Amino acid sequence: MTLSIPTRVRGVIGESTPRPDGVPKVKGEFAYASDLWRDDMLHGATLRSPHPHARILGIDTSRARGMAGVHAVVTSEDVPAGARFGLMKRDQPPLATDRVRYAGEAVAIVAADDIERAREALRAIRVEYEPLPAVTDPIAALAPDALLVQDDGNVIDEVQVLHGDARAVAPVVVSGEYEVGMQDQAALGPEAGLAVPDDDGGVTLHIATQWLHEDLGQIAPCIGLPMEKVRLVLAGVGGAFGAREDVTLQIHACLLALRTGRAVRMTYGREESFYGHVHRHPARLFYEHGARPDGTLVYVRATIVLDGGAYASSSPAVVANAGCFAAGPYRVDNALVRCVGAYTNNPPTGAMRGFGAVQSCFAYEAQMDRLAAACGIDPVEIRDRNGLVEGDRVITGQPLIGSAPVAELVERVAAAPLPAHRSSDPLELPGGAGNLTHGEDVMRGIGYAVGFKNVCYSQGFDDFATARVRVLRDEDGPLVRVHTAAAEVGQGLVTVCQQIARTELGIERVELDRADTSIGSAGSSSASRQTWMTGGAVQAACREAKAELETRAAGRGATLAIIDVEELLGTPVDRTVTHRHRPTEERTTHMQDDGHVAFLLAAHRAVVDVDTGTGLVKVVQIATAQDVGKAINPLAVIGQIEGGIAQGLGLAVMEELIVRDGLVRNASFTDYLLPTILDMPPVIADLVEHPHPDAPYGAKGVGEPPAISSTPAIVAAIRSATGRDLPRVPVRPDDILGLSTQSGPPAGRWRIIPGEDPRKAVRA
Amino acid sequence: MNGLRLFVNGVERRTEVRGGESLMTVLRERLSLPGSKNACEQGECGSCSVLIEGALLCSCLVLAEAARDRDVRTVESLAAGGELHPLQRAFVEAGAVQCGFCTPGLVVAAAALLRDNPEPTELEVREALSGNLCRCTGYGTILEAVRRAAREMYTR
Repeated sequence: MTLSIPTRVRGVIGESTPRPDGVPKVKGEFAYASDLWRDDMLHGATLRSPHPHARILGIDTSRARGMAGVHAVVTSEDVPAGARFGLMKRDQPPLATDRVRYAGEAVAIVAADDIERAREALRAIRVEYEPLPAVTDPIAALAPDALLVQDDGNVIDEVQVLHGDARAVAPVVVSGEYEVGMQDQAALGPEAGLAVPDDDGGVTLHIATQWLHEDLGQIAPCIGLPMEKVRLVLAGVGGAFGAREDVTLQIHACLLALRTGRAVRMTYGREESFYGHVHRHPARLFYEHGARPDGTLVYVRATIVLDGGAYASSSPAVVANAGCFAAGPYRVDNALVRCVGAYTNNPPTGAMRGFGAVQSCFAYEAQMDRLAAACGIDPVEIRDRNGLVEGDRVITGQPLIGSAPVAELVERVAAAPLPAHRSSDPLELPGGAGNLTHGEDVMRGIGYAVGFKNVCYSQGFDDFATARVRVLRDEDGPLVRVHTAAAEVGQGLVTVCQQIARTELGIERVELDRADTSIGSAGSSSASRQTWMTGGAVQAACREAKAELETRAAGRGATLAIIDVEELLGTPVDRTVTHRHRPTEERTTHMQDDGHVAFLLAAHRAVVDVDTGTGLVKVVQIATAQDVGKAINPLAVIGQIEGGIAQGLGLAVMEELIVRDGLVRNASFTDYLLPTILDMPPVIADLVEHPHPDAPYGAKGVGEPPAISSTPAIVAAIRSATGRDLPRVPVRPDDILGLSTQSGPPAGRWRIIPGEDPRKAVRA
Repeated sequence: MNGLRLFVNGVERRTEVRGGESLMTVLRERLSLPGSKNACEQGECGSCSVLIEGALLCSCLVLAEAARDRDVRTVESLAAGGELHPLQRAFVEAGAVQCGFCTPGLVVAAAALLRDNPEPTELEVREALSGNLCRCTGYGTILEAVRRAAREMYTR
């Protein structure tokens, strides 16, 4: 027996260890889905509807089929009858059948020798459309006489939260109407995949996705194959942010590969990407808050309408979230919230970082500031006074467990150092290199916001993750191999899995197998859940493996502390574990249920300079405090926090996919503006670690909160600088200058009593 | 299709190109150099940044024909002899890589900056990299990586 010499294992939890895919990524060697290549592969392309709503009278593909180099032209006639896909409702045909319901809906696909020929073939397809009137206002879509987008009505889903007294009264009342525009995830990596036919008549799809098994379940019936003949392998993912939860080209690439018997690659360009994936739900929010004169909340009533677009995607869960979190992380005994998601002929909307919590946070935080002003107290004090503490119940009746440090987070951001007085260098002022001001009309403002959201899947969903851990030895010594189906989308789960395995097993060399569907599902890389879920599965599998090693050591009359582990690895240790979080309750009529696993909290303080002459905004600094439970990798946590804030900044002042009459007007990076390095201010990030008792190592999940309250904090700062109401994001220069002729959408404004059914809305 | 000769990363390369094809397409699809990424096709995101005769350009905006007989350097040339460029090392260590799709373009652009300006101010770094979009990091770690690399390259 060799005595082991205790050496410190590097790269355990709590260390800012570098990610394993960092080196190939900086060298340009990491293979993203759009880099996949087979010498004999064909190129797929998609024909999309130019109309937001139309009947398809006929499709003539004869000319395209006859073109040289074109190997397949596929329409709905070639898809199994009745095939439908969709995340929460299978309501979308892989290729439009008799009707198109949004501009951009896929109608036909082709495979050709190269992409130019494929595009030529698309141009040769003749589709005869009969345009129909389009429903593009989600509130109008709910009217009893509205034209139906889907046959079973225009309500995708709705929730009513009733907590305490729906008719509570209070001496101080503030109300407001708010609107959130359509944000796009704009991951830099375009949708891409490579489908390869297999010898057994099946197909293997190499794909950039957030959830391999969910894709598998949707693909198989739509290509007429049993699940076991469809295999998915994760290709390199260039960012996701929710957009890759839905099927885009997965079914199409497989159909073309099966039809041609050849490998088929599909890659969207940027314009097609904007048409091909779902976006964040635009929202109309009608709020009323009642409070005592000292600012203590008495009631919150709200009506929220989300535009779900033409197909459901994950709208039911987004609707539930926007409703559940509608009052914010505040103690309030009485709440009445109605939230409805509507089908329209706009582009479909679904998951994006923050998932419903973003929309309501923008409104409730504006309301909290109004309430503070009405009560004559400051924004920090009103949040301190009403902030949830552990044991308090949210408006769905669920108690907060594992700390709820609202006041602590707000006080921490309030105590963060403020930036220097504003510069007079035009480069550092709003407009930057445009050299628009020397500061004469520039006003500085400060704003605060707090946000919260669930982690993991909620409301009775059977949420689990599977991990296989093998401990073996090779010529370099002991080695741990970890296999899961979890999607690394950039967030750093690969590093977290390595750190957990090193921590649990004390072995430094940990390698990860490629994620695929040969192992059980890991669930989605969404809802800030993978550290909790796949991290938890890896932890549990490692602990089982360690128990086996302890048994082996005991068999030799030793313990792991004194034996060289290599001696125990004559045969590898191999353990597969499926990890579940505690069960949650299903939705009830009034949403009074224990529906969530746990809650994530963050606070933001924004400092902005606003040029009141041009309406341009420069965000000068963001301070944030976030309760992360435990920072498994502090550097990666900072990366999530700063990246999420950038997306929140984008929604606050830049990013909107503009849809007019159902048509997207800015499907390019020239016209859809993303924050650049010049737009992004320094971030002061304060990691608060109050561990959650149920989470692995107490780690709560960190991805989403940075994108929730950063937006309202920035807008609050602009309000404080300008005195404007600014009820809509993104805030445009015209809104700041007071030049907006109409603050609502072109479809018009509505009057709704907050808390009432939006079907009772009347045009204002 | 026309014949085209280029000098890519110091190696003479010949390939057939279609009229109107971009240099990015030729690099990625014809010369097996997918390090230059295609994210916008409009010169807005910088993910396909390369050096042509030393000048930093978006290869999606350059006609392949315009690069005929020219010296083209892509991200694949930065790690000379297998050893990472200080910027590449700093990007990994500073946490400036998440999904990494923007990273090749950013390290090429940052290398051009530090070649011309060994001690850039923070504002100069921001100006120089403002043509490179990153959707993951919020840029803070990228600034830190450039700072570290500049220190390592020029202040020993």
